[in-house]
Order: sequence, then C-alpha cells, then structure tokens
Amino acid sequence: MTLDTPELDTVLYHKPEALEDYPFHFCPGCGHGIVFRLIAEVIDELKIKERAVCVASIGCTVTSYHYFNFDGLESAHGRAPAVATAIKRCRPNLVPFTYQGDGDLAAIGTAEIVHACARGENITTIFANNAIYGMTGGQMAPTTLLGMYSTSTPGGRQPSRAGYPIRVCEMLSTLDGPAYVARVSVHNPAAVRKAKQAIKLAFRAQLANLGMSLVEVLSPCPTNWRVEPVKAMDWLVEHLLPQYPLGEYKVIPAVADLKKESRRA
Amino acid sequence: MPKKILMAGNIAIAEGAILAGCQAYFGYPITPQNELLEHMAKRMPEEGRVFVQTESELAAISMLYGAAAAGCRAMTSTSSPGFSLQQEGISYMAGAELPAVLVNVMRGGPGLGNIGGAQGDYFQATKGGGHGDYRLINLAPASAQEMMDLTMLAFELADKYRNPVVLLTDGFLGQAMEPVIIRQPVTELPDKPWAITGAAGRPKNVINSFEMEPANFQPRVSLLLQKFERIKQNEVRYQGIHLDDASLVIVAYGSASRSALTALKMARQKGLRVGLLRPITLFPFPYQILADLAQKVSDFLVAELSSGQFIEDVKLAVGLDKRVELASQYGGVPLAPETILETIERMSKVTIGR
Repeated sequence: MTLDTPELDTVLYHKPEALEDYPFHFCPGCGHGIVFRLIAEVIDELKIKERAVCVASIGCTVTSYHYFNFDGLESAHGRAPAVATAIKRCRPNLVPFTYQGDGDLAAIGTAEIVHACARGENITTIFANNAIYGMTGGQMAPTTLLGMYSTSTPGGRQPSRAGYPIRVCEMLSTLDGPAYVARVSVHNPAAVRKAKQAIKLAFRAQLANLGMSLVEVLSPCPTNWRVEPVKAMDWLVEHLLPQYPLGEYKVIPAVADLKKESRRA
Repeated sequence: MPKKILMAGNIAIAEGAILAGCQAYFGYPITPQNELLEHMAKRMPEEGRVFVQTESELAAISMLYGAAAAGCRAMTSTSSPGFSLQQEGISYMAGAELPAVLVNVMRGGPGLGNIGGAQGDYFQATKGGGHGDYRLINLAPASAQEMMDLTMLAFELADKYRNPVVLLTDGFLGQAMEPVIIRQPVTELPDKPWAITGAAGRPKNVINSFEMEPANFQPRVSLLLQKFERIKQNEVRYQGIHLDDASLVIVAYGSASRSALTALKMARQKGLRVGLLRPITLFPFPYQILADLAQKVSDFLVAELSSGQFIEDVKLAVGLDKRVELASQYGGVPLAPETILETIERMSKVTIGR
C-alpha cells in the first residue's frame, strides 16, 4: 500500500500574510487565537491588508495590533467604535475594524457601540464573548450567565444582586443603522468555518459601504471558566449556546445580495 | 485696512480652526460653547470636512484620538463638565503623542455649577488633568481676535510637538462679540509618516501608549518629559503692559486680564504706577519673566476667575518674599475692574506707609 502524500514543495496550509510573525500570548485553549487567524485569512482573501486598520481595545486583546501585519492602534476601554468611526470618516479608503471583548463592548463601551450602530458607521466590529473578564482575572462580565461562578460573583451570578446577562446581537439588531449582525462560535471545525464566513461577509459589507457590521464570536476562556481546554468547548456548547443562540440577527437586503453573489462564485 | 468682521469668540474659534486646516470636528452640546458646535455643523460640511455630533464628550475625545491617529488636523470643543469627561482620552492622546486641539470654554464649577464664565479648570488644564505624567500646551486668548489667532497657533504647536493643545477660554469670551480680522488660510499641512494611513508600501504603523514592562515604559515617559522641557524653553508667550515703570504688577490671563486692563487704566489715571503681565501660554508658564520682574517689583496682584489656582504659579515664580495678593471671582461671577482697583489702591497705600 502506498500513501498518497503530496510533494514536499506543495503548500497546503500556511500562515496568513496578514498575520504578523509574533507569538500569541493567550492561555492554552483560548479562543482569541482562532478568531485572529480567521480575521487575517479574510483580510488576505479580500486583499485589503494595505487598507486594514486594527482598532484594539482593553482586555486580553489589548495588543491586538501586534498580531497583525498592518496598521493598528490602541483605544481606551470601550471607546474602540468611536476611534474606528473617526478613522473611517477621515480616511474612507481605510478598512477599520474593532476587536472587543464582552467587558469592553457590553459594559464600559455600551454607549459607543450602540451609537456607532445607530449612526450606521461604515465600520466592522468583531466582538469576542467569553462571558467573563479575562485580563483582570475572571470577574463577572455583562454576559456572565445566571448562576455562573466568577471571582466577583463567588456564589454564582444572582440577578437580585448582579442583574441579567446582555444579549448584544439581539439588542443591536433592533437598530436601523447596522447592515449585518451575526453571532457565531468557534467550538468545533464546522462552527469555525461558519464564523469565518460571517467575518468575511462583515468586511464585505464595509467594503460595499453598506453600514455597520458586527460579528459576535462565542469563544472559550478555559482559564477563567476553570475547565480544561477541550472541556471548555463542551462547556461552551452546553451553557453559552442556549443563552446566546447562533445565527444572523440582521441582514439588510444589500448584504443578502452579497451573500448570493458569493454563493454563485 | 484689512476687513474686520464682528463675531462672537466661539465663532472666531470655529473659523480659526477652519483656516488652520482642521479636517475633522467632534463635539457634544454644552453651554456656553454651543455656538461653536453649531457653527461647525454648518461650516465643516460646506468645506467638505468631517463633522460628528457625538453621543458624549467621551466619544468626542475618542473620535478626536482616532482622527489625530489618522494624521488629520482635528478639534473638539466643550465646557468644564465635558472637559472632565474628556480627561481619559486626553491622557491617552498625550501618552500616544497625538496632536489635536481641545477647546474648553470654561464655566462655573465644581459639579454642574452654572453657565457663567469662570477659570476654575486652571489646575486641571495646566497640570495634566487625567492620569499619568504629562502636560498639555495651554493657550489663553483674551479677545475674539486671539480666539482665532491662538486656535490657529494651537494646531501648529500640536503638530510641532505631537501633543494635545488646549485653548483655555471661558464663557464670557466665548459669548462676547468683537471685531476680528480674518487671517489667511493655512495651505500646507505637515507630513505625518507615523500616522494610520494603511500599510501600503511601508512597514505597518502602530499607535499606542502601552508597554507591559515598566522598565520599557519609563524611557517612553522620559521622552515625553524631554519634550515638555523643549516646550518650556521655546514656547513661552506673554504680553506686558506698562511694565517698565511699574511698582505693582497685575498678573492675569483670559477674560480676567480684560478686567485687569481696565483697572490698570483707572489706576494710571490716579497716578498709580501699575503694570500688567498677561500670560498667553499657561503651560509653558512664564516663570522666568515673572522671576525677572520680581528683581525690581515687590508687589504683585493676581486677578483670576477662580478661587486661588493661578496665583500658585505666580507665587512659585516671584518667590515667597514678595507680596502677592488675590482679587478674584469664582462660580461664574464676572470680575469687576473696580474690585481689582480697590485692591490696587489698598496695596498702594500700605506700600506708601511701609
């Protein structure tokens, strides 16, 4: 029996051009690395590396700009949508996107994301939701589930003391400004492929000047969930998916047309 | 004779920004600066430039950060409570060395205070204001003409030093109408190779104020401090009136200096040898000018629209052995020239008696 092996000079899989040669500093099993790679693949495929701008936020992805091989900048906690707004308004040829966690986007930055969406800014937001504060050591996030342990909800999140989790896509999709709002996940290869499709559509919506596009990515945080990396994926399926159903929450007709185009292609 | 146009100080700032090549303006309504935002809402789109009315002063300062990072001349304007909100973004801009112009049309405080003119944000504007080790260049206009001229200078200095510049003014000057000579527009803007313009044909640019390792961060702060020293060396601006023969010098800036000038004229008519030193830059503060004056003058009178903030810098400059008195109003109340004159007369009598 002979193994059908490719020639050694055939490249089957490679690091995206848009990804910098810089080691991720994330914990083992963290989902951020997957999402970063997906963004880089999309930017390569759309050939926009020379126009892309990574607007980083505060949290575990504070140095997002180190991982990409294109322009990037820091923003204050929660303010990334305002920073990206100005970059796009001042230099419409650039393709700015924010990368924000749940604390950044859904707590301290609620006003900025809501109003960027309400204005229909022609920018893209990638929103990583792991239902916990990572960088600061596992405190309650606005998306922490009821009953879920965090270092600031020691007995589990109780609504009487700590209120209820926010469903960001459901909330933002009620606004007229967004062109595309979707929630995806990275818990298995099929989900990762769908996540990439959504991220690509979000960037294509911006390139077509259709307005605000936002993709929420459910992402594991084994360290602060206090489960092993592989089990964290199961935990995500078991606990996060029921609270945060996957799907497209807003697709304006022009974005739906973009989807049809890509199916034909 | 160049043509003069009657305009309110707030409008002179707006037109000065447009003349200076301001490409983007971001603001949130707050009295007493609203005319500025409203004027920009009309004029910026006319010029094909960016105007955004933001959801808060926090968003305004963050958009200013983004526009400055994108290499554009940009401005925000607000009044005292809004300036407090903006301290977060200002600190980030100072840390990331981003040039932009911040207008604070001060009003009475603390808290919600009122919408009268005041100078109570002096410490906040000139000593930092937000977190960390930084300074902002502070320009203090005293007329509608200077509202325009110093706004244009603010853009120039911001770009020259890659640092935010505050135009520190107040509700009285913002609202008052005076004739203004319209200046020539700036036609050439400086290159900004460091800006976020897309990594096409060059290595990527990164703008941040973050270094995880303290030993790596300290050298960055040291560079900032060196920059502030250069600013102190090169950018001190002031106006002196009747300093040559003065036995008493009033020190005042902004609208307080207008009251002081009237008081000076009244005092001179009474034969009192009074001079006026008006700092135009509050950072850098004219310490050396005042220290030199203190070699021959021992009586100083500080006039300010705050309850003894500005006077601290004057005392630092002239030394503890000099007599430094305060004539002030605060909480949004204007300072009458008569109040200053009374203090001048009292100080003069005591001086004669000594």
